[in-house]
Amino acid sequence: MARPGRPASAPGPVARLDALARAAGPSVATASFMILAAAPVGLPSLLPAVALAGVFFWSLFRPASMPAPAAFGLGLLQDLLGFAPLGSGVLVLLLTHAGALRARRVLARRSFLLVWLAYCGFAALAVGLGYLLQALLGWAVPPAFPAFTQLALTIGLYPLLAWLMARAHRGMQRAEALA
Amino acid sequence: MIRLSVPLRHALARLSVPVLVAAAFGTMLLGKADPPLVERGRMAVADLLAPIYALAAEPIGALRGAVSEGGTLLNLREEAARLREENERLHRWQAAALALESENALLRRQLLFVPDPAPHFRTARVVADAGGTYARAVLIATGPSLQVEKGQVALDERGLAGRVTEVGSRSARILLVTDMNSRIPVVLEGSRARAMMVGTNGARPRLQHWPSGMQPGEGDRVVTSAESATFPAGLPVGVVRLGETGWPEVELFARLDRLDLLRIFEFGLAGILPPEAVVRPDPAARPRR
Repeated sequence: MARPGRPASAPGPVARLDALARAAGPSVATASFMILAAAPVGLPSLLPAVALAGVFFWSLFRPASMPAPAAFGLGLLQDLLGFAPLGSGVLVLLLTHAGALRARRVLARRSFLLVWLAYCGFAALAVGLGYLLQALLGWAVPPAFPAFTQLALTIGLYPLLAWLMARAHRGMQRAEALA
Repeated sequence: MIRLSVPLRHALARLSVPVLVAAAFGTMLLGKADPPLVERGRMAVADLLAPIYALAAEPIGALRGAVSEGGTLLNLREEAARLREENERLHRWQAAALALESENALLRRQLLFVPDPAPHFRTARVVADAGGTYARAVLIATGPSLQVEKGQVALDERGLAGRVTEVGSRSARILLVTDMNSRIPVVLEGSRARAMMVGTNGARPRLQHWPSGMQPGEGDRVVTSAESATFPAGLPVGVVRLGETGWPEVELFARLDRLDLLRIFEFGLAGILPPEAVVRPDPAARPRR
């Protein structure tokens, strides 16, 4: 409603609520996806796959909506929902967040395929670190097969999740352009 | 909101990741130092989410039902043939069982045998997979009408599934027998040899520590042993199968990949529990009979 020659009016409560919803949307949506992923569907590694995809995507494309404390909180949720030793998911998601922020300049404008390829690297590191932490904190060598299943699921699920998140991202961008 | 100068805000943003990474290590330390706190945190989250899972269970169950329905429609003919054959075999077994039952009743009358009381059980719905990548556990919904306690035994409709390890106010966690940390004392029904069934996180737990010279053979039935006073004797567990390496494994009767209802049995046994699952006296709990 800004007219030329007058200072823009302060955003109303509805506009502010809208902005708040947009800022909190990605982390809340990721958390709800994670909660749903813990439902018994016979895929035990669904939860970390969903969490990693959410943290990676939003840190890369909308870092303002996925700050480090949100990644920390999602990691804590992952550890509490699963049976993983407390802190392992936190560290994995935080480092993924930091890495995605670093890679942002290079990756943000690239094609989907390239981002996916980069995500494969991230996923391999994340699953490897998770395996290592599980071994260290549990003080027993866990079997390797579930780690590979988790890696395959994490990489294979990304296109679907990224498609959903990209749609949400574009919608939010349109809403911001209008505001 | 507090207004900060731009450089200060940038510095804070740059600092937040290292500080939080340090906090992550702190969380790990806390998790190692105070497992009961972590357990309480887990059960608080589970209790909070149990109603949501209970709501989501219906559509998810419907979806799974539809998928498996499609599978059955595809091989209806083979299934019917298999069932006819099985039915014939079971009819023969029924005759044998009836004869044995009457003989058993006769012998019991002669021996003045006092039978074990029929155990009491309650049925609970599995609402979530609480395992993750490196563990095998499920979450069941409980409530005021369904009190469960640590150490109780969970069976599905076919056989042993696991034990209750953590109890919240609206939910409880069942550690499945396939979990890496699961050790179940078992007996091979044919030879009466005792052994340990050790979870590997795979579908089939392995057998270990059988007496020398009593190698478990393919097809032996495996039942629980009352050895450590944690399980009653004779609960159905599975059948011995030799794995790829020739090591005996147990093909479970329980279908752990598609649990939806579990029967929680109270046998009144309080034998060895894992150290982190020791029953702490709860002042609100009713005294054990």
